[in-house]
Amino acid sequence: MAENLIDIKGARHAYQTASGPLPVLDGLDVSVPEGGFVAVVGPSGCGKSTLTRLIAGLMKPDEGEVWLHGSKVTSPRSTVGMAFQNPVLLEWRTILKNVLLPLEIVPSKLSKAEAEARARHLLELVGLDGFEDKRPSELSGGMRQRASLCRALIHQPEVLILDEPFGALDAFTREDLWQTMLKVKEEEPFTGVLITHDLRESIFLADQVVVLSGRPAHTQFVLDVNFDGPRNIDHLYTPESAEMLNTLRHQIEIAQGRVPEDA
Amino acid sequence: MLRQILVPLVAVVVFLGLWELLVWANDWPNYVMASPSDLPAAYTKFWDLFLVMSWQTLWRTVLGLLLAIIVGVAIGMVMGFSRTMRDALYPLLVGFNAIPKATVVPIVALMFVGAHDFNTVLIAFMISFFPIAVSVSIGLSTLEPEYRDILRSLGASQATIFWKIALPKTLPEFFGALKVAVTLAFIGTNLMEIVSPHGRGLGALFDSGKTNSDYPLMFAVLIALAFLGIVLYYVVVVLEKIFAGWAERTPT
Repeated sequence: MAENLIDIKGARHAYQTASGPLPVLDGLDVSVPEGGFVAVVGPSGCGKSTLTRLIAGLMKPDEGEVWLHGSKVTSPRSTVGMAFQNPVLLEWRTILKNVLLPLEIVPSKLSKAEAEARARHLLELVGLDGFEDKRPSELSGGMRQRASLCRALIHQPEVLILDEPFGALDAFTREDLWQTMLKVKEEEPFTGVLITHDLRESIFLADQVVVLSGRPAHTQFVLDVNFDGPRNIDHLYTPESAEMLNTLRHQIEIAQGRVPEDA
Repeated sequence: MLRQILVPLVAVVVFLGLWELLVWANDWPNYVMASPSDLPAAYTKFWDLFLVMSWQTLWRTVLGLLLAIIVGVAIGMVMGFSRTMRDALYPLLVGFNAIPKATVVPIVALMFVGAHDFNTVLIAFMISFFPIAVSVSIGLSTLEPEYRDILRSLGASQATIFWKIALPKTLPEFFGALKVAVTLAFIGTNLMEIVSPHGRGLGALFDSGKTNSDYPLMFAVLIALAFLGIVLYYVVVVLEKIFAGWAERTPT
């Protein structure tokens, strides 16, 4: 059996709030093989973002374990790259300097010139060549998200965590970015975890879709995505996609508690 | 560039013109209100005093302001990073700020009798640190958690996060507060110079104008104060352009 790069086993967690503990995770299991791309979907507020914080080592679960590349995660590690719905670029830096930010924290073998060349290459890959010296405020939302993606990848992380990165974009820009994602994954292989609300996005990008139950979340359903040949947007309009989307929709409704499990 | 200098200059000339017109139309004598045309005489007569006193006012104001920046940023950082400290310090700060500083002047003057420079700097500081502390604390406490997470997930220390993100991100708010603090500091300096006269600074010159019923001199002092305030304000504007120019959006 191939070893998984990410293994979350039986994670339980509760946040301490003024009105007592609020359980968010209740027996969560997620496994991602090396080079895999897993999408996590679930009702809003079910603890999806908590999951990303667990993998990034930003917090520890009350119970259960998080394993990354064969070692237990107890604190942040530099082999993780993150991108959020909010691109959080630093307004006072140029796009190029924003992309280079992680290398100021993470020890890197790259020389300054090599790092810059790599940043320029990534920017070109996502279609931002020519914008290196612009400020974030001069870019559109989609372009900022592209830059944020480059920043998440600059230090060649083993794991890329995407927390609804395309959630705030309009539909066309979003589909554009999906294609960019596939292109990036081909050139810069990574193991990915994508949190999303968009079922089409989940089957288009991921090889596996994990459906979380409502809060407190456990793993409710896992769908393997198999398309023939290289993916493109047309795949989303085939009968097999419609069937997958239907299955996922149904699972989300169960997770929301709208329909009983055996319906 | 020419426009940037010309427009404010024209505004000043128009203002002086209206002032002259107001005094002339009402036929007010000097002791009701001096007019701009009375000022050149006052300035030439007391020019040496103006230079000396302006300098005294200026350096004490700037020193008070520097103190306000150091203490204000420190308090702001403590309140920005710790909820407990924010809850603890806010009522104290607001209460302290609500006390009219004119009432503090005699207390300070008695506490440190004879230490005029120190007292003046102290009042300038006390009146101007509040906006700085509040702006820095708000800037830091409203930092979106994602900004922290980006660096924290890479294993960055709190200090690194502060220098690379929190501090630069707070600069626009800081400079906004500094612009307010500049004018406040002048008020503080002059409060001390006028309420507790000790023969130093433009406040003292104002006071002597009052005792000698030299009304044009009093107005000349006010204009000199306004001038110093404008100069210091634009120094802050230049610093802001250098350090936080990125926050300015060019209209498209």
